[in-house]
Amino acid sequence: MSAMPGIVAINTFREAVRDRVLYNLVLFALMMIGAAILVGQISLGIERLVIINLGLSAISIFGLLMAVFIGVGLVYKEMEKRTLYTLLAKPIRRSEFLVGKYGGLLLTLVVNTAFMTLGLVAALYYVGRPFVSADAWIFVAIYFIVLEFALVTAIALFFSCFSSPMLSALFTLGIYVTGVFGTDIRDFGEFTKSPVLKVATRSLYYVIPNFHNFNVIGAVAHGEAIPVSLIWQNSLYAILYVTLVLVAASAVFSRRNMK
Amino acid sequence: MSTPAIEIVGLTKDYPVGFWRKRMRRSLDNLTLQVEDGEVFGFLGPNGAGKTTTLKLLTGLIFPTAGTARVRGRSIDDFRMHRDIGYLPEQPYFYDYLTARELLDYYARFSNYSAVERRERVDRFLGLVGLASAANVQLRKFSKGMLQRAGIAQAILHDPPVVFLDEPMSGLDPIGRREVRDIILDLKRQGRTVFFSTHILSDAEMLCDRVAVLAGGKLQGVGAPGDFVSPEVSGMEILFEMRDGRPLPSVLTRAVSIGTRYRLEVPDAELYCTVDRLRECEARILSIAPVRPTLEDYFIRVVGQERTAVHALEGMAR
Repeated sequence: MSAMPGIVAINTFREAVRDRVLYNLVLFALMMIGAAILVGQISLGIERLVIINLGLSAISIFGLLMAVFIGVGLVYKEMEKRTLYTLLAKPIRRSEFLVGKYGGLLLTLVVNTAFMTLGLVAALYYVGRPFVSADAWIFVAIYFIVLEFALVTAIALFFSCFSSPMLSALFTLGIYVTGVFGTDIRDFGEFTKSPVLKVATRSLYYVIPNFHNFNVIGAVAHGEAIPVSLIWQNSLYAILYVTLVLVAASAVFSRRNMK
Repeated sequence: MSTPAIEIVGLTKDYPVGFWRKRMRRSLDNLTLQVEDGEVFGFLGPNGAGKTTTLKLLTGLIFPTAGTARVRGRSIDDFRMHRDIGYLPEQPYFYDYLTARELLDYYARFSNYSAVERRERVDRFLGLVGLASAANVQLRKFSKGMLQRAGIAQAILHDPPVVFLDEPMSGLDPIGRREVRDIILDLKRQGRTVFFSTHILSDAEMLCDRVAVLAGGKLQGVGAPGDFVSPEVSGMEILFEMRDGRPLPSVLTRAVSIGTRYRLEVPDAELYCTVDRLRECEARILSIAPVRPTLEDYFIRVVGQERTAVHALEGMAR
């Protein structure tokens, strides 16, 4: 396997790490977890539920914002700033460049999520409650959140190949929201009498990634176990979907004229 | 016969212009030329002539509407072609959060050098372009000239046999320009092919084995700089000054004042009678030199012709 995507990924990661906005987001997420501790103190008996709910939600929301707002500029910014000119003249395929940019942002998100997870664990430790085996499911919820990031980053990168950051962000967020309510939208279509609407909602359900299945925050907060089959299913689904989106992005980008 | 370093056949590029009613604008029109191995080749033309478009096509940044090109026998569509080229874009932009050393190290990684080799190369090329003392400074603090130097270093860092430089002297002070000229001559000594665009004609005359002149996207001529210059003398240039601040005689009003001196260009046949007149009014003759058409004269003539033709066509269209 070519080492080229890895070189680009490390540089993308370095760029993100040197970007102060990223630190601010992490700081903000940590503040959210701090707030969870406060809320936990005034929620007698349900500290664990509140802290896990708020903590995981903060990790998910801030990670998603990073994935969307950094992702939509990944390729566009390089084209606008013309930093791509010197790079694409080097022996690197455009698809390798894309995979590298994708990998770099995903690595950034994973590292940030790891730090935020540490914050969450510290918050749970702070309220003085002993850890139980059910807490291990928190890490499964975080794994699903990372899979969500993987999907959202791929979609943002795809739009970044041919659209402005503003439009790309709108499209990506639109797809995310549709994906969260994908099952509801399909059910709504099933209830209608219009066959056109039925086909449209069913198509949306299959084409847009189903983010609903990745959200297990509520279940984990209540100490419920996550089926192993769901872990496999979500992993394979994310890998397949990300691969398809990256192939599509490469197809668009490989024939794109630089300005 | 050896493979030419660069072979361009009928290369054409159209760009869509307009928002609602898109129409095509031809930026490069049926360019055909060949650059031999080891040549320093100058690509001359005014702004908007199609020089940058040609370089972007040759480096795979944009795709041709028609025509083909090969670099060292490999099509520009062939990914492996990129191993043989180095490229300095016009007004280069880099990741400004990196230092010069980090930037060159990043680019060197694409050529699969070991860590030791990379370090050695990065140091050597930073020194070569005069950036050794700024090696650990972030590029966002670099001046335009320093960025240009970093750009040249990344273009030649991996010893490519063919180097494309888009306006390499742009943004450089006289010392920087001389250093870049020395780098280009050094590349030539190493047997590399250098293809560079410029509108600084003195650089082209000084460095190039051959030049091509482009105007309005069309090739106007290719040849050695001397080929564009007629060996025949077109006239004589006389440099003189008037004694004791005397006024210029009315018969010599064609003379152009340069400070306290005058410059007069006369046809060859009028030289002796003009010298007689100058002696009559006791002018001090400083020099007499033959006037030959320069590359600049040729350049201005072809660009002027192209612009006249375009204006005529636009007038007809109206």
